[in-house]
Amino acid sequence: MTTPSKVSYYPGCTLKTKARNLEESALGALAALGIEVEELPRWNCCGAVFSLADDDLIRHVAPVRDLIRVTQQGATQVVTICSQCYNTLARANLLMREDEEKRKTLNLFMEEEPDYAGEVEVLHYLTLLRERVGWDALREKVKVPLDGLKVATFYGCTLLRPQVVAIDGPNPQVFEDFLRALGATPVPFSAAQECCGAYQGLVHPVEGGRRAATVLESAQRAGAEALVLSCPLCDYNLGARQPEVRAAHSGIEPVPTFYFTQLLAVALGLEPAVCHFELNGEGALKLLEDKEYVAAATA
Amino acid sequence: MSAAQTIGTPQVKLIPIFIMGKRYEVPAELTIMKAMEYAGYQFIRGCGCRGGVCGACSTVYRKKGDYKIYSGLACQTVIEPNMHLTQLPFFPALRAIYDYAAIEATADAIQELYPELFRCVACNACTKICPMDVQVLDYVSALKRGDIAAAAVISFDCIQCGLCASRCFGEIPQYHIAQLARRLHGGKIKPRSPHLAEMVESIAEGKYDEMLVGLKALTREQLTEAYTKREMEPAMSPEGWTPSNREGLLG
Amino acid sequence: MAIVNFSPRAASLAKVEKIGQLSGENVQLCMQCGTCSAVCPMAEAMGASTRQVMHWLQLGLTDEVLEARVGEFCAACHTCTVRCPRGIDVARVLEAVRLLPLRQNRDLVRPGELDPEVRKRAPQIALVSAFRKLTA
Repeated sequence: MTTPSKVSYYPGCTLKTKARNLEESALGALAALGIEVEELPRWNCCGAVFSLADDDLIRHVAPVRDLIRVTQQGATQVVTICSQCYNTLARANLLMREDEEKRKTLNLFMEEEPDYAGEVEVLHYLTLLRERVGWDALREKVKVPLDGLKVATFYGCTLLRPQVVAIDGPNPQVFEDFLRALGATPVPFSAAQECCGAYQGLVHPVEGGRRAATVLESAQRAGAEALVLSCPLCDYNLGARQPEVRAAHSGIEPVPTFYFTQLLAVALGLEPAVCHFELNGEGALKLLEDKEYVAAATA
Repeated sequence: MSAAQTIGTPQVKLIPIFIMGKRYEVPAELTIMKAMEYAGYQFIRGCGCRGGVCGACSTVYRKKGDYKIYSGLACQTVIEPNMHLTQLPFFPALRAIYDYAAIEATADAIQELYPELFRCVACNACTKICPMDVQVLDYVSALKRGDIAAAAVISFDCIQCGLCASRCFGEIPQYHIAQLARRLHGGKIKPRSPHLAEMVESIAEGKYDEMLVGLKALTREQLTEAYTKREMEPAMSPEGWTPSNREGLLG
Repeated sequence: MAIVNFSPRAASLAKVEKIGQLSGENVQLCMQCGTCSAVCPMAEAMGASTRQVMHWLQLGLTDEVLEARVGEFCAACHTCTVRCPRGIDVARVLEAVRLLPLRQNRDLVRPGELDPEVRKRAPQIALVSAFRKLTA
């Protein structure tokens, strides 16, 4: 394990507005756990997806520029919470480390920036938690154990594929270990690592909706009371669009959706306001109130 | 008739520049705009304030043997020998039509009007071409993450010349979106200064009517005397200096 | 199942070269096992299965691939890549297919044509990833 050093924090575009519930619960929890991260003073959108074309370098410029910002902040590690940002930054980083020719061309193109050769380590929030706290230590810090909460852990795509950037091995358990540390009961379900539809939910809502329906049905069949997400795009497809998806596919009961960091914040006993449950789908806060993890709001 | 003859002095140095690919010999130390007019071009478009703030005369140019593209305002940029230039008096960047009174001052509203904003790939071509040194990429990034205030502040020096849009990989109309952000910020987000509202109210109440009537009734000599004898803040006044006559002031 | 009239004159293995250049992958390695199709989350939406696409590409039938609008409906989930027993990065191949119209300046989605409410409501991540993948 590396000695603790300053960790940069890269938020990504969505976390400042539409996914405030993901960011604030995440940062609140880190503060409560005594882990210091510092947001990059200057950053740009990473592009959300990693370009797979061999000759396409321009689409790598955005994430590489952000990695340069990390070095300019004087940090050697950057943590990000959004799954797609994680995937894009991690893969861009690998490209700069492994492909000498592309590294040279990209550095030449970005002549207004210092050269970059992959000096930074890109971490996902769960990896940071596992390395800096560990699940046993996390369990000790839980003030409100989420006993009896059956949750379906939806990894989605970008935390696990391709394997070079996966946050856990071929049979991932990191999400489940995390939730068990909080006292919850992770429920295995077949769609845990499948695709939520990604941007197809925006561009082809009918076809994208079928993906979402498959995931929701799978979680329901497994007996989950809630679906735990890590990515704002998964949340758009499975949370925000859930009413439309359920209207188009009969037989799906409403499934409250949470970001994993919101459950973390609740378990650590943080104020509910930091979780911004008003941005979650219907039934989310109510489920937590019914189970008495969160005090019911006074009228 | 040679150039030296028209000017009539042997001290003026002539240098070659290339305007839209054609070579001209023009006096050194002229601005691009003056050099073009010297060469016989007449500006009907692409010329405005001649003072560096209207954004009409945006010009792109190269230097001899140098692949880099430079930009500048023709009225402000001094020519260099073997400069190769052309002007971009207008760039057809898409401008959304909206009702300012009705629009919400939110990032969502900007997102709805300009979805192409999300085609930005952070190539930074916009920042590199900006003749006003505006950090265009930074304000585009701010807009993508919903920070209207930051975008308004960062884009403050923009003169709407359109060069950023001309170079944009994503075909984004950066300067139009920034203008919307500044309009929303200035008109709907920034807090109003309370003393402005107070002032407007006291004017409406007629607090200054008598004084204005009195001023208008003065003769030219009386007015001149009143003006020259008015109490002025000293050049090196202490902090918190106030005039002795507080008539007409708030508070 | 699609049936194609295969004519050696119509096919052009040169077109497949472009896919090879863009993806860096050799489609001839594909043994047509069909695992990619089985795991593809968007298989239902596409006009042809991923396996079929690989076969068409092996034969140089890029027109058929484009007509099936496969690139447009791919969600870039990478499951095909992870599961391919021959180690082909199928996601890269699909990206190359997606790029064929995009490189000719033909959008697969037009930002201004999305519903205004959707444009307003959608999280930035959705708009950014959609436009990066599907606009020219």
